[in-house]
Amino acid sequence: MTDATLSIRDLRVTFKTLLGPVQAVRGVSLDVHPGEVLGVVGESGSGKSVSFLSIMGLLGKNAVIEGSAKVGDVELVGANQKAMRRVRGSEVAMIFQDPLSALNPVHRVGAQVAEMILAHQRDMSKDAAANRAVELLDLVGIPQPEQRARQYAHEFSGGMRQRVMIAMAIANNPKVLIADEPTTALDVTVQAQILEVIDRIRKEMGTAVVLITHDLGVVARMADRVQVMYAGRVVERSDVHNIFHESRHPYTRGLLGSQPTLGRERLTPIPGAPPNMLQPPSGCAFRARCVHAAPQCAGDLPELVQVGLTESACVRANELEALV
Amino acid sequence: MRDAISDPIELPDPHSDASIGVLKTSMSPKRMALKRFVNHRAALISAIVLVCIIIFVALAPITTRYGVNETIFPASEGPNQNLAPFDLAWFGTDGNGRDLYSRIIYGAQVSMLIGLFTAIGSVLLGTLVGGLAGYKGGWLDDILMRVTDIFLALPLLVVLVIVRGMLKNVSWVSTLMGDPNSVRFLVILLTIIGWMGVARLIRGQVKQLKEREFVEAARALGATSKRIMFRHLLPNSVGQIMVALTFAVVGAIAAEATLSFFGYGPDAGSGMTSLGLLIRDSKRAVPPGYWWLVVFPGVFFIILSLCINFIGDGLRDAVDPKMQQELK
Amino acid sequence: MSTPVVEVNNLTKEFVVKSTRGLRVIKRTVHAVSDVSLTIPEGKTVGLVGESGSGKTTVGRCILRLIEPTAGSVKFKGTELLGMEQNDLRKLRRSMQIVFQDPYASLDPKMTVGASIAEPLEIQNVSGNHQDRVAELLELVGLAPDHARRFPHEFSGGQRQRVGVARALALNPSFIVLDEPVSALDVSIQAGVVNLLQDLQEQLGLSYLFIAHDLSVVRHISDTVAVMYLGKIVEVGPAEDLYLASGHPYTKALLSAVPQADPVTERGRPRIMLQGEVPSPINPPSGCRFRTRCPIAKEICAVEEPELKERGQGHPVACHFADTVALEMPNPAAV
Repeated sequence: MTDATLSIRDLRVTFKTLLGPVQAVRGVSLDVHPGEVLGVVGESGSGKSVSFLSIMGLLGKNAVIEGSAKVGDVELVGANQKAMRRVRGSEVAMIFQDPLSALNPVHRVGAQVAEMILAHQRDMSKDAAANRAVELLDLVGIPQPEQRARQYAHEFSGGMRQRVMIAMAIANNPKVLIADEPTTALDVTVQAQILEVIDRIRKEMGTAVVLITHDLGVVARMADRVQVMYAGRVVERSDVHNIFHESRHPYTRGLLGSQPTLGRERLTPIPGAPPNMLQPPSGCAFRARCVHAAPQCAGDLPELVQVGLTESACVRANELEALV
Repeated sequence: MRDAISDPIELPDPHSDASIGVLKTSMSPKRMALKRFVNHRAALISAIVLVCIIIFVALAPITTRYGVNETIFPASEGPNQNLAPFDLAWFGTDGNGRDLYSRIIYGAQVSMLIGLFTAIGSVLLGTLVGGLAGYKGGWLDDILMRVTDIFLALPLLVVLVIVRGMLKNVSWVSTLMGDPNSVRFLVILLTIIGWMGVARLIRGQVKQLKEREFVEAARALGATSKRIMFRHLLPNSVGQIMVALTFAVVGAIAAEATLSFFGYGPDAGSGMTSLGLLIRDSKRAVPPGYWWLVVFPGVFFIILSLCINFIGDGLRDAVDPKMQQELK
Repeated sequence: MSTPVVEVNNLTKEFVVKSTRGLRVIKRTVHAVSDVSLTIPEGKTVGLVGESGSGKTTVGRCILRLIEPTAGSVKFKGTELLGMEQNDLRKLRRSMQIVFQDPYASLDPKMTVGASIAEPLEIQNVSGNHQDRVAELLELVGLAPDHARRFPHEFSGGQRQRVGVARALALNPSFIVLDEPVSALDVSIQAGVVNLLQDLQEQLGLSYLFIAHDLSVVRHISDTVAVMYLGKIVEVGPAEDLYLASGHPYTKALLSAVPQADPVTERGRPRIMLQGEVPSPINPPSGCRFRTRCPIAKEICAVEEPELKERGQGHPVACHFADTVALEMPNPAAV
């Protein structure tokens, strides 16, 4: 689709480690459109965080990144430091799981938000930036923003810090906001507040949001479209309702089936564990744990294909309809 | 588990390593640390060089060409003093006609022995003090740390002068430490001066480890303090202790050189020497231009110190718990 | 009625925190747990739910005396634990065990998995062949006996957690404190460990205290659930009652905040948003500790602390307005 704000094509990320190359991301393509929330769901080792850290240039030197990631016309993969710094914070912004490590403990919070503004809007005066910082703190729901702006990070609670991080991220009205497990470390009542802030902001500012999480409930609440990742690839992608009710991939179904629900019947876990990405299996990486595994699953890497109401990377997706 | 096996559909064996996600080769933490060390190029080269040096020095009578006090040929046969390097004396001779090459090897023997024993002594003492302070905490920790601070405030030469003064007045000090010019004296002195850094390090390490959940788990199982200290805290501190040991060796060698330079070095007479003493003697060789007397001992000293330092760096990286996370 | 396996009465734990301001030393008290009472029947699971600062973790540790309580009573099969001598306590440790949250930190990285599981047998001088017992325990938790010679870092989180369970079972305890045992695991792996815990409970007649912040899992595994806020129990009752007809505003808010894994239900149900965050346990609010965030707080809430007692819901609730909560606040439970 041509009106995509962020377009990723065939992204591959390999880490050089002492034990050999680890293929964290093995060919991911996606589009994010203005104003939509794309939920990226996966468990550990799925590559969901690494994919976006890589295009933001936040991985270490031992990461080899190939493929393409475009925001508007700007290519992020392989971009030099200068280009990256121009894009980071102004076109694409990212918030993380642990807000404490993103905030500088020796500077006042308001100053940090203002610094973010001034980094990309150089012709603004310091006072104007300071005022805008207070406005932003108000926008993310921090009470008494003028006083709070003069406080330091350690004087804020976890949820408040996350709000500050959001304020910093949206300071320059980015086209895309990438939220990497933004609420995982927060209490559930605070999580509800933060999700509400993110939702409100994207409605008011039209920002595209990539919401990375392992929590299917969060996705059910927030996402317009959902993509499910496993072992460095996208295994299913669709509208949020279809993912939950019309899934055509055994892994997605497995995830849904292992959620504790009402009643006390036995849960259905997915047996085994995610594969070792040092030696990823051939073909579909999920086949070692898949109830429906068949010989053809060990062939080529399965691609995402439209099947029914979802895009699924299961070669047997058609038959899944019959197998409940 | 039963939940997988009892399903009627044929599932992959959940017990197989591939399903469980266990790495194919079993690697103990020690092997992984070794692997990390070997990856540190400077450390690896230094280790090889150091082993060569140690072999050379240990096989002294074989590897040296003359005795430590032996002239290359008697003075009656011709001038033997301060000769530039030539085939009879690879590194030249000193003011007494002795072969510098052999003297360097004998001197290295003395310096390295001092370094080794001082390191062992100060690490033992430091681990004891630091471990106790870190584990017990409270008032014992406070007292021990204040004692450590007091020792840290003592400069090397001041302690030297005091202890030497004590020798004249207090008999037990001299029986304990021996003659002020002996190796034993120096080792004990340097140990007294050198344990504090290790103590602080180990105290920090123990304090940190104490809070780890596996220690709490051991307590929940009913483990005694003794068991926790020896079975859990110590094995997990071995890495840091080895690093401390390495840096203590090079620190002791450098301290010996300092003391020798100021005239307080080991000198049991009969020509015995150390690297520090050789460097001190080389002071006199500068004006006349006997460069070999300055360069060879100095370069050897630098190479030795660098090697041990790099090994210490490599060890530190190898045992760093943050590096262990990378493999997950 | 048989003696409950664990009986806790008026448990209180206060930590003293020293800090310096300039040259003065200020001592502050953290009221981590205040006057908590609960009963764990034999063979049953009691879930303890709360957010940060609720004190739930501290309760678990106090019961095992890993942390010494400040006041109150803890009885294990009728025997009072507080004040017991260390040696007697050590013997009792065979019967009460704990599984920790972090599968990466709860195993000694320098010991093989087999050695970790065998450690309780060594400590308590259990007779018989330890290797055999370790193999037996590994099988019991769904691992293979030859995994005993491997090191923790070679396993995934779920497998390490199973090792932790095996270790806890080594001495045949009757009671296990499960301190957030699945929180650090992927969801699809959580299910396996939860099933394991339930199977073991049935097979071995174990009693559990299941401490967690994830309400869905707690509801699934628990018979009774107690909800904690800022050191106090605000509501306790049978699991289903709490979820379908809770009587305390905090419980309702908590249930509302947990996102359900179904977009239709999740977006369709009413939302109760709490303002602000949990106050500090150093200075808990007067009267009802929840009043600063409670949507239906009135004047009396600041003055008088509501007692945890029966108020017509069928289970104890600590709210002055328990009877009107159902009217004033929507029911957040999913169908």
